[in-house]
Amino acid sequence: MKLRSKSILIIAGFIAGIVNGLCGSGGGTILVPSLVFLTKVKDHNAHATAIAVILPLTIISSFIYVKSGILNIQITFRIMVGTIIGAYIGSKLLNKLSINVLRKLFGIFMIIAAIRMVL
Amino acid sequence: MITLIIGIVAGIIGGMGIGGGTILIPGLMFFLHTEQQIAQSINLLSFIPAASLAVFIHNRNKNIEKKILSPLIVSGVIGAILGSAIAVRLDPSILKKLFAGFLFIMGVYEIFSK
Repeated sequence: MKLRSKSILIIAGFIAGIVNGLCGSGGGTILVPSLVFLTKVKDHNAHATAIAVILPLTIISSFIYVKSGILNIQITFRIMVGTIIGAYIGSKLLNKLSINVLRKLFGIFMIIAAIRMVL
Repeated sequence: MITLIIGIVAGIIGGMGIGGGTILIPGLMFFLHTEQQIAQSINLLSFIPAASLAVFIHNRNKNIEKKILSPLIVSGVIGAILGSAIAVRLDPSILKKLFAGFLFIMGVYEIFSK
């Protein structure tokens, strides 16, 4: 691998790690477009590779949060069960719904939520 | 029950690759009134089982680009330690504003992405 592309990957990984640890989410949302734009990785493989990167980062971040006593086992367990059920439904819906429309809809949700959080 | 529903909705969005966590965290705060750090901890922990399964399946289907994996993970781990160490020490109200800024940028990105 060329030094230049390796440096770009190192920077992208570092930023994804910081954001994922600091905001507790979003590492993948940063990594997927970075991989698509900066490397010649295909869209689907960029998704798969991003999860493989974010998983170990999330385990380390979780460890630091839990060690600091930041934990709610009861809610975490229920969300975990819900997420697994939801992820299964989501993967089935993937080919049936327009992701583009949904993406924009959730973009609007996120902006409204962000504004509500600071007001 | 509301907790389970929030999880299912976040899972559906995450499973479609739109970033379930960025929706889950404000969802937890609005509906369950959890503190910023706790909401982030819940999101991080609840990501692990579904993501492990996804990595297992993607690896079996050979979708993971192994040659770019190590520089990403090595620098990512350093970033993750740094980011988390800051997050657990920050005042919740400051972290909340920081997260809101991040959420806003992500929202704009989702609207304008292809």
